[in-house]
Amino acid sequence: MGRVAIRGVSKRFGDVTAVDDFTLEVADEEFLVLLGPSGCGKSTALRIIAGLEEPTAGTIEIGDRLVNDVEAKDRDVAMVFQSYALYPHMTVRRNVEFPLKTRRVPTAERNRLVQEAAGILGLEDLLERKPAQLSGGQRQRVALARAIVRRPQAFLMDEPLSNLDAKLRVQTRAELVELRRRLRATIVYVTHDQVEAMTMGDRIAILDHGVLQQVGAPQDVYARPANLFVARFIGNPPMNTVTGDVTRADGGVGVRIPGSVVELPGALGAAARSRGLERVVLGVRPEDLTLAEGGPIKATVSVIESLGHERHVICRLEDGQLIIVRQAANVSPPAEESEIRLAADAARLHVFDAESEQRVDA
Amino acid sequence: MSTPVDAVVGAGAGAGSGEPPAVVPLPRRRRFSRRVREAGLGYLLLLPAFLIFSVFIFYPFFRNFYLGFFSTPPFPGQPKNYVGLDQYKDVLTSSEFLDSLKVTVIFAVITVPVGIALGILLAVLAHQKLKGVGIYRAFFSSTVATSIAVAAVIFGTLLSPQVGLLQGIQTEPSILQNPDPIINISLPVIRSFIPSVALTAVAVTTIWQNLGLSFILMSAGLQAVPDELQEAAEIDGAGPWTRFWSVTLPLLSPTIFFAFVVGSIFAFQAFGQIDLLTPRGGPLKTTNVLTYYIYDQLQFSKNDGKAAVLAIALFGVTLLLTLIQFQFLERRVSYER
Amino acid sequence: MSVEPITLRGTELSGKAGTEVEAARPGKRGRRLRIFGRYVALSVLAFVVLFPIYITIVNSLLQPSQIAAKSPTFFPTSPQWHTYSDAWSSGHLGAYLRNSFIQTGLIVAGQLVTSILAGYAFAFLRFPLKRTLFVVFLATLMVPFEITIITNLQTINTLGWYDSFAALAVPFLATGFGAFLLRQTFLQLPQDLQDAAKLDGYGHLRFLARVAVPLARPTIAALAVFSFLSAWNQYLWPLLVTKDDRLRTVQIGLKQLRATNIDQVNITFAGTVIAFIPLVILLLIFQKQLVRGLTAGAVKG
Repeated sequence: MGRVAIRGVSKRFGDVTAVDDFTLEVADEEFLVLLGPSGCGKSTALRIIAGLEEPTAGTIEIGDRLVNDVEAKDRDVAMVFQSYALYPHMTVRRNVEFPLKTRRVPTAERNRLVQEAAGILGLEDLLERKPAQLSGGQRQRVALARAIVRRPQAFLMDEPLSNLDAKLRVQTRAELVELRRRLRATIVYVTHDQVEAMTMGDRIAILDHGVLQQVGAPQDVYARPANLFVARFIGNPPMNTVTGDVTRADGGVGVRIPGSVVELPGALGAAARSRGLERVVLGVRPEDLTLAEGGPIKATVSVIESLGHERHVICRLEDGQLIIVRQAANVSPPAEESEIRLAADAARLHVFDAESEQRVDA
Repeated sequence: MSTPVDAVVGAGAGAGSGEPPAVVPLPRRRRFSRRVREAGLGYLLLLPAFLIFSVFIFYPFFRNFYLGFFSTPPFPGQPKNYVGLDQYKDVLTSSEFLDSLKVTVIFAVITVPVGIALGILLAVLAHQKLKGVGIYRAFFSSTVATSIAVAAVIFGTLLSPQVGLLQGIQTEPSILQNPDPIINISLPVIRSFIPSVALTAVAVTTIWQNLGLSFILMSAGLQAVPDELQEAAEIDGAGPWTRFWSVTLPLLSPTIFFAFVVGSIFAFQAFGQIDLLTPRGGPLKTTNVLTYYIYDQLQFSKNDGKAAVLAIALFGVTLLLTLIQFQFLERRVSYER
Repeated sequence: MSVEPITLRGTELSGKAGTEVEAARPGKRGRRLRIFGRYVALSVLAFVVLFPIYITIVNSLLQPSQIAAKSPTFFPTSPQWHTYSDAWSSGHLGAYLRNSFIQTGLIVAGQLVTSILAGYAFAFLRFPLKRTLFVVFLATLMVPFEITIITNLQTINTLGWYDSFAALAVPFLATGFGAFLLRQTFLQLPQDLQDAAKLDGYGHLRFLARVAVPLARPTIAALAVFSFLSAWNQYLWPLLVTKDDRLRTVQIGLKQLRATNIDQVNITFAGTVIAFIPLVILLLIFQKQLVRGLTAGAVKG
């Protein structure tokens, strides 16, 4: 019932293509995150779903209806804006009941729904205040209350947490997840923060320059990024990526990177060779690297960042490229400027075609 | 030029001994003279403006009260005689004055709200994201370039019986000569508050001339209404009319209030178009606004005393109106804080 | 927040509201129709607003007989260009324009200078009674014109300035509004600038000329436009203090033009257009400043 589907949606502003042939299906009660750097088209896509922008091509379905020609106010979606868009001249109560008033919901029922929404979001004591008298977190709740009060088929959220300070953000994230569980709502959520995406989404859709890069559950996207962009975008600290040539190694296939040759596990190596790839990008996450005496990768320690619970060892390869290694805090750190060797978890090596940037799978 | 450096470095003190030079605060006399110089400069910079104000604003303002005490006899050449507050009483209770006041108020009541409403209409329509809307915005602002005389001459000639546009629809008397009320109501009490045809014509001219200004002002006010709010309202289910009443208008209210206050003050001081369209106070004095009455007394009757009293009355009424507006209207303005 | 789940579907809302969605409007066609409708509305209004100007231009190019004719002509088939040269020379409109420019120029220059100096003094200098003086300056805005004209007229006569540019310009060489505006603008200049200037050894006057004024240029331009419009539009005062045709400003000049050309209305109209054009050009160039000047203080309330 509450599903949202966009097929082949494109949006052009003059010469600029904001969204390019975007197809995505959001299931009923799913929490889907649209993730990407600023300017990647995620907000535009959201606004197209809402009906605030018209697509240059493509169709949008909400529920079972084709809504391309349906006006925003009739699409039965609610939107939470990044800056909350609260009506500054109205009290919290009037703000929250506004969507009901415009639909001529009778007074008694209106009050009941407002009270209920206020209760869910802890706003009962603030109903008679004006937005200017509220804190950032409180305003955000009012925006949420206004969205849930009329029980729409889907919620659209445009970076709702980005205007909150870090501590409040973490707290509100958890509350949002709880709220979503209670309401059993379909949510399309836009953000540039991959932590939000990973922790809140059922699935993540990553966009870059208007093009969908990958859709999948957070763990899948993390473990098997479909291309270099996704690989580098997800994960903090980001995945180490080094370009190298495919070469023979010990009877198998390896990748020659500055100063070392890294052997690829059998199936992966065979796949690389069978595709006739010559240059590839090798990727390995900082937590999948360890300092090992006989490891294949030669590096020099450059900077050691101690974060309390863990350590980031930043090293340089022969040609100066940086490699980050995550180390547990209870292991003794290497000496700065020392030459070390790193070993990678073979099952956690990623290979990407250097030209197409696409993932190579075994 | 005054030296901006506040302190004197103790030059001799540390020289040659390798110690950092000591900073010694200026002796009190030096500091004092610096202050004096700064104050002197301040007064000097204010002097030109202050001089102009004194001669042409303050002095006339206070002298005006004094002038009101003297009445000028109807025959030229005779000296004025002191009548004190009697003149104030006579003039302010005369039916001529009250009629003029009434005309002035009616004129303001017509021109100010209508002007603002039209300005809002134009601003809202031109605020949309349509292609080429810039041209329309230029058109709507264009009357700002018409001065009082231009607007009055245009409308005056267009409405004149000999050469105007209404040739085919000859009315007797012609519009600018017509003292009849625009709506004929028999009740004399109400009838006296209905503007004459002539006054209405003058009002229309004024409204047209002010359209550009009103449009620019309201457009600027509209800019302060964030687009996001309109979008949120749209998603919340509000149609264009509801959006206007519930979101746009309240957020526009500070600008509307400003336009009301300033517009009323200007309406009360309107003069040029009246002189150009309906000289000598119009048909049966139905366009004899206070400013014109004052001018008439000054220029033709040479009655300075009476003019002075009238000017004070105008000042008082304007002040009163502004205060009333602040007292009652401002309450309904929704400021964001 | 309590944790029981809530059902979310539209069954809870009664009446016309909520998830009962009306049939989708006739899609693309409806949207296009609405946009078309908006253009129509805009065009109608633009027509209404511009009509008087349009008719004036048309009539300035017709013959008097055409204008006086019962049925109006809406387009000049044989344009009478001579009306413009007539209005300019024998109608003295050229002279009137020149006078207006001189009068307005003097007033704008005076107001700018006095406002900059006063604004600077209020913003950066310390002297006793500063606050009182500032209130006094603002109070000048409250005094309506009509009260001052009587005495000012006498003063002008006493000084022998009747029928002179001095009479037209001098009373308006200062404005409380300008002083206020510039004070606010100067106050907004960052403190570091003043500190840096102090360290560089700038005195006040140099700071004013080299730093403050250049940085306040947008506001000064806005004030200039605003002053220009006010001065250009003056009617009552020039009417009172000038009688000689050689000094007439364009506003009074139009009145004169109309009076002397009662039967040659086309010339009057041409004069109107001539009077209109300089402002149009000026305002086209300076529109941004115009908007800023007119709305200074309006939007923030």
